[in-house]
Amino acid sequence: MTEAAYLQPPPPDYLHDGHTLGSWLFTTDHKRIAILFALSITFFFFIGAVAISIVRLELVTPAGDLVGDDTYNKLFTIHGIVMVWFFLIPSIPATFGNFLLPLMIGARDLAFPRINLLSWYLYVGGAAFTVLTLLIGGVDTGWTFYTPYSTMFSNTAVLTAAMGVFVVGFSSVLTGVNFIATTHTLRTRGMTWFRLPLFVWSMYATSIVMVLATPVLAMTLVLIVAERWLGLPIFDPSRGGDPLLFQHLFWFYSHPAVYIMVLPAMGVASEIIACFARRRLFGYSFMVYALVAIAVIGFFVWGHHMFVSGQSPYANIVFSFLSFMVAVPSAIKVFNWTATLYRGSIAFDAPMLYAFGFLGLFTIGGLTGLFLATVPIDIHVTDTYFVVAHFHYIMVGGSVSAFFGALHFWWPKITGKLYPELWARAAAIAMFIGFNLTFFPQFVMGYLGMPRRYHIYPPEFQVYHVLSTAGAAVLGVAYFMPLFYLIWSFRHGGRASANPWQAQGLEWQTPSPPPHENFIVPPVVSEPYDYHPQEGPTAGGETSA
Amino acid sequence: MSDTFLKPPFETLERQHQAVSFGMWVFLVSEVLLFAGLFAGYSVYRNLYPEGFLVAGRQTDIVYGTVNTAILMTSSLTIAVAGRAARAHFGRTARRLLIATMTLGLTFLILKGFEYREDIAKHLLPGPSFALAQPGAEIFFSYYWVMTGIHATHVTGGLIAVGRLVIASRRDATWLSGSASEDATALYWHLVDVIWIVLYPLLYLTGRTGHG
Amino acid sequence: MTGLRTTLTEASVNARTVDIAFLSVFAISAIIFLVLFVLLIIFAVRYRRGRPANRGPLPKLMRREIEIGWTTATTFLAIFIFWWFVAGYGLPPKAAPNQLEIHVVAKQWMWKTQHPEGAREINALHIPVGRQVRLVMTSQDVIHSFYVPAFRLKQDVLPVRITELIFTPTEIGRFHLFCAEYCGTQHSHMTGAIVVMTPPDYASWIHAQPHGDTQDREGEALYDQFGCGACHAPQSQVHAPKLFGLYGSSVTLTSGKSVRADDAYIKNSILRPRDQIVAGYAPIMPSYGALANPRAVEALTAYIKSLREGAS
Repeated sequence: MTEAAYLQPPPPDYLHDGHTLGSWLFTTDHKRIAILFALSITFFFFIGAVAISIVRLELVTPAGDLVGDDTYNKLFTIHGIVMVWFFLIPSIPATFGNFLLPLMIGARDLAFPRINLLSWYLYVGGAAFTVLTLLIGGVDTGWTFYTPYSTMFSNTAVLTAAMGVFVVGFSSVLTGVNFIATTHTLRTRGMTWFRLPLFVWSMYATSIVMVLATPVLAMTLVLIVAERWLGLPIFDPSRGGDPLLFQHLFWFYSHPAVYIMVLPAMGVASEIIACFARRRLFGYSFMVYALVAIAVIGFFVWGHHMFVSGQSPYANIVFSFLSFMVAVPSAIKVFNWTATLYRGSIAFDAPMLYAFGFLGLFTIGGLTGLFLATVPIDIHVTDTYFVVAHFHYIMVGGSVSAFFGALHFWWPKITGKLYPELWARAAAIAMFIGFNLTFFPQFVMGYLGMPRRYHIYPPEFQVYHVLSTAGAAVLGVAYFMPLFYLIWSFRHGGRASANPWQAQGLEWQTPSPPPHENFIVPPVVSEPYDYHPQEGPTAGGETSA
Repeated sequence: MSDTFLKPPFETLERQHQAVSFGMWVFLVSEVLLFAGLFAGYSVYRNLYPEGFLVAGRQTDIVYGTVNTAILMTSSLTIAVAGRAARAHFGRTARRLLIATMTLGLTFLILKGFEYREDIAKHLLPGPSFALAQPGAEIFFSYYWVMTGIHATHVTGGLIAVGRLVIASRRDATWLSGSASEDATALYWHLVDVIWIVLYPLLYLTGRTGHG
Repeated sequence: MTGLRTTLTEASVNARTVDIAFLSVFAISAIIFLVLFVLLIIFAVRYRRGRPANRGPLPKLMRREIEIGWTTATTFLAIFIFWWFVAGYGLPPKAAPNQLEIHVVAKQWMWKTQHPEGAREINALHIPVGRQVRLVMTSQDVIHSFYVPAFRLKQDVLPVRITELIFTPTEIGRFHLFCAEYCGTQHSHMTGAIVVMTPPDYASWIHAQPHGDTQDREGEALYDQFGCGACHAPQSQVHAPKLFGLYGSSVTLTSGKSVRADDAYIKNSILRPRDQIVAGYAPIMPSYGALANPRAVEALTAYIKSLREGAS
């Protein structure tokens, strides 16, 4: 940037920098790619939601009279595959991460803009396989693809489903590589590592997990395809193979994958809580260490998914210990967020409501994780609705709440429009209530012995299932609300200023929406979260340090 | 000159070079984990079926394996020298060495193809007509096919990447001196070779030590 | 049955243990959750924007101390819970002398059980109260999981591999048996009943069952059919371990370890002969996993068990 930049008329914002379809499909602007991802994952979110709505309707009665066994199995499988790989994993990183990472570190784009576009095309490629799977009849293995069922017994479209996940994995890896390289090489002057916003740190930790764990899944899926298609015996017990090896390889990826979903949510919560409490984040450096610790320890706990698989009881003890250890940094984060509120100046705008929802639900998800790390309890509740409830509290209560929090917090920045606050708060509250009504009864019935993936079930669990379905109905409505009012806002909403929340962070120093190369004037870097509660809209008393 | 290589997000060429090779290193770590999953499975089964793996290991074609190892090693040399040449502004020499690298890579793939044909003729493809009865032998060959197959895919990817450099520098060979892709491509090519150096003892030397 | 279950019977020794563990962890989590929840509410009300309150900076010292304090506290709490449960119930229970051994074969989508006397059941298992039961389980196809909520026990059942489940029922009654590992189309139909009876009731129940071919007779036929005797018979030219009197004896392996020749050992030796090679013998036996189905393995094992003093 030279002085001449100040004299020229402002460049068009990224939304108006080209209007053809080609200007979107061949863009290398990280902000436009983020929008492409956002639209794609929204599409899959609703596919996954429709699938599970039918499942929940089916479970209103114990007899299994709405759909048949096969259909039921295909529905929960597609729900899992779509929600995990085509919604949750790319949800925050590929959209908000993509949009915000360069802005937050004062860069003009990600380090490799064309590879970023390639990530999206790989996502579309994987998505095409998944849609194809649906069109040729679906797949019924569960999202876990356990062998030998997936390789030798299932008569459904396992090959295309596995290919879809395989291809979309490369999208994650490339996004991860891009984020890591960007964070290392494109931080603007003054943006030292310990001045990075926690959202950037969370993207960095997530990227490490993506880069290290995803290839192992890719390889495992190659083996599944090879076994099913070419008849290799690697997981076939009757020819000397070991189906447990599959489970080890699968969970070596899929446990860290939970952290791919929840670390970004932690980053989002940190940004929102600091801004709406107008308070410097409590224990910034501890928050950073905790993020990295979760990412690292998360690689060594996969065996807790296999306590009843027949693995050695000594292995169970080791994995139990490590699972307890990974709870420590998660707990520290929760304490820090709570402590950030102390002496703050708290406003309850919609993003903050989502952040509170995240905090409460993530805490319940985390605490129920303690039950599952305890071997004798896990033996009883694993593969029951207790586990289903637990991971939905983490992945939906935690990650999806944070996703909506991020959507509202950065909506003015992304679109340049203001959203209707009252509707947004109503949706946040409805989501919270609907979520708890859906999933809390599942803890109870899980402990009482209701196994997961059951199409028909003993009538004694019916009341819990009916409650859960009622909650899902509320949740369904709550998820549709933002779709409508945000579209309305995009068309008719009031214009947003560069910094409607008076938030810290470089992304707020550029106009909303930002221009093509992000900054017209080079941003000024200060300490992160330099909020002063006294200087809020209703300030009083002297300023703090 | 340098402006033609500087791409948008970067402000200096040096930074851009750093980013490209750092990004490639991160990607290579990911690639290593891709093969690590296979190595882990191989170790588990080798431990479970030591005898079967020894018997099966003797059935791979050591001549093809060794010649191919030598070919890949040489290609690593040519691409490394190509990089030196490019940096010293010997653009045309660099370009010739890249073409040599491609030729060696192609030769590797062709020889691998002949080897596969022989393997199939010897019924070493896992399945109902698999030649060896020893438990574990079929698993050894499953890993043989998957590992070499994925490695060959990587060699093909490497050929495309090197080919891209050769095409991009067809008008002006000095292009190689300034481009950051040269370094990154060479890094990738070396990784593919290093993986092969691990595969070679696992697949060709197993069962041939001592009384082989 | 009504549409609402609110309690779950504790029908085994283990069930009580798990419930105590559950309640303990629940209490700890509830305290943590309540403290956080109350703090959140207090902060949300007290530091609401617009409400006068002390919003000054925190003393620097306090921050560090607090961070270190709660990190240490959480770590110790985690280690404590871990230690508590591992010390108490980390490893499976030891075998009792009058253990009842039941063989379980899982297949898509049913449970087959067999009592030592030969009585067979489908999707049901009758057992006497108060006596330790050992289930020796295998699958004919995919992975299943034997789950009895009332016992708070679950164990995956794998193809070509033996897994065991040991428990002692303490309550008389009829309890759910579920398959807990997703196994295909009719996974949710793969359920059954565990019927716990008084010992006299069990005795008369088992007496009334048709016994059919006893297992060892069936096993003897298979022994001939597979030609096991070609190597294992006492007069054989091939150097292979003898089976007479094998059951219950102690076997020294090439690794130097010695193991007891129990059911699991015998079955494993049929399915994966190379796992445990007897000292002084070559690893020449092929796996019979592909030839012998789980039921045949049961029968062969029963036959090998019957080879002791006074029988041949």
